[in-house]
Amino acid sequence: MNSIDEYKIPYGIMAEFENAADTMHAAEKIRDEGYTIWDVHSPFPVHGMDDAMGLGNSNVGWFTFFGGLLGFTGGMIMIWYMNSFDYDIPVGGKPNFSPLGNFPVAYELTILLGAFGTLFGMFFLNKLPRHHNPLLKNLRFADATHDKFYIVIEAEDPKYEEENLRSLFKDLDSNYIEVVNE
Amino acid sequence: MSHSTVPSSIKVSPPPVELERAPLVENNRSLGWISDTVANIIEQKTPLWWKVLFAVSSTTAILVPVGLIYLVTTGVGVWGLNNPVAWGWAIVNFVWWIGIGHAGTLISAILCLLRQKWRTSINRASEAMTIFAVMCAGIFPAVHVGRVWFAWWLFPIPNANAIWPQFRSPLLWDVFAVSTYFTVSLLFWYMGLIPDLATMRDRFRKNASKLVKPFSKITNKLAQFMYGLFSVGWTGSNRHWRNYEKAYLLLAGLSTPLVLSVHSIVSFDFAVSQLPGWHTTIFPPYFVAGAVFGGFAMVMTLMIPLVSLYKGLEELITIRHLEVMSKIILVTGSIVGYAYGMEFFIAYYGGNPYELYAFKNRAFGDYAWSYWWMISCNVISPQFFWFKWCRTNPWFIWIVCGFVNIGMWMERFVIVVTSLHNDFMPANWGYYSPTWVDMMTYFGTFGFFMTLFLLFVRFLPLIAIAELKGVTPQADPHHPLGGAKH
Repeated sequence: MNSIDEYKIPYGIMAEFENAADTMHAAEKIRDEGYTIWDVHSPFPVHGMDDAMGLGNSNVGWFTFFGGLLGFTGGMIMIWYMNSFDYDIPVGGKPNFSPLGNFPVAYELTILLGAFGTLFGMFFLNKLPRHHNPLLKNLRFADATHDKFYIVIEAEDPKYEEENLRSLFKDLDSNYIEVVNE
Repeated sequence: MSHSTVPSSIKVSPPPVELERAPLVENNRSLGWISDTVANIIEQKTPLWWKVLFAVSSTTAILVPVGLIYLVTTGVGVWGLNNPVAWGWAIVNFVWWIGIGHAGTLISAILCLLRQKWRTSINRASEAMTIFAVMCAGIFPAVHVGRVWFAWWLFPIPNANAIWPQFRSPLLWDVFAVSTYFTVSLLFWYMGLIPDLATMRDRFRKNASKLVKPFSKITNKLAQFMYGLFSVGWTGSNRHWRNYEKAYLLLAGLSTPLVLSVHSIVSFDFAVSQLPGWHTTIFPPYFVAGAVFGGFAMVMTLMIPLVSLYKGLEELITIRHLEVMSKIILVTGSIVGYAYGMEFFIAYYGGNPYELYAFKNRAFGDYAWSYWWMISCNVISPQFFWFKWCRTNPWFIWIVCGFVNIGMWMERFVIVVTSLHNDFMPANWGYYSPTWVDMMTYFGTFGFFMTLFLLFVRFLPLIAIAELKGVTPQADPHHPLGGAKH
């Protein structure tokens, strides 16, 4: 222990898989073993993996809904305030405020704020942007966006035990197992 | 969850040959091959044709600022606008460009909701086309307001007299529709790009150690930084994919009513006015169908040459893709043809002499040439796609799409100009012609569009890599190619 670099703090253990089916079976096993702080990394969303990991429905929809609601009510209130409350503009004998005539603008604002809610809600739930990630320093892991599949169990998991996990992953047909350090 | 209940002896016979579908990725390519092929477009040396086209289009793009500066410093009169035709090429070009954008959103949103898996290899480029087309479209109405330094009056902020914008005008609806359309398309496009930007980031990361030349080391660092920054630290985590997929579906769900509303609202610019030839209820559906029709033509105009220029793309954007798009052109082209016929019938059946005159004048008046160009290009030319040979022959499709692009421009010209040029009183009749400034600015927008599109092709993944991987048999954990053991 001469330099600070040699104090390795494990971030987690990473196991590489060749195809979607092996990864999914492994994920089912990890779920059933009761691990909690872990993740599957794949180059594309694998159909059925949410169940294999024991994850429920995503909550992004709430962000979309409240974004859209804010857009619609905000749009209607804005138009009412501008054209009918703060400064009346009578045009062509039409009412200064009518929910029908003002619908198009409020409708567009519903979609606009709904879309912002969706994207930023997704970012918020995924805790993104996250540019510091020990996995992104690992060159082998770069194949997670190419053609390999990885299961990573973090060291913070209460059941984390390196030797047990190595043998577990070996039984699950992983061809490459590595401990990733912080 | 266990698959052990499935007896291993079940034999599934393949469907008969005539029911088999052409695969979306030909030759059973591996997952890695897909990212290699798409990323190779970015990683290879800049091809000569790219440099030539880029030089030509960026030079052409200069015509836009030149035309606009001349207009602003002189006056809108340089656009050939006068009484009675106060809406000329600028509005024609605006509607044409914004219509082109609609195919991109249709492919990315509506076809996503309809689970049309073939969309995955063309959606990225079509969405890019949408964004660039809307940028071109936006130039025209912004300048068309005349005194551009007052264009901010369109935004919901009080002007110098503390007066707010008037929200009962369809022109203001248009401001909201188009700016929402641009923003949402950009968000959708960007979200789709995140996993692929991460792929690019990781590829440059893997290559870094192999580089020796100092210059390539610097470009590699820059590429890692830029792709890394915009891929927001994406790791392909399934906990992320779960929210991502839901968000993607929701954005598709939001973009579907959006794309239908945008061209409807553009058509309200005309339909809400009291002018014969414009004041018709058929406009919203007819405009939307026409937009999709013209947009798909532009998608094919761009994609067919790209497929022949980049090796490997022909296995991702196959004849099956072109054939399906040709069918969409046939359907929407026929809807547009029906709308032209129905407009005429209603003009006759409605019993309004001014309306009937406007339509007779379209087909047989001073601008009959534009009407018959429109009919030939939009109604007749797509009918070739009833024949399989025509739908599966890329260069034939490309030529038909060229005519469709012209025809859709003519349609907007017919709608805008022929309805205006003969006013109610013969004293107010006139013949509108564009000036060289009109032509130069419009021509310049092609350069602007192509410049952006070429940059996109060169620096961003042209095909949605992650999505395309997801529709291959290898991606399915229950398919033998995906590793299923039964």
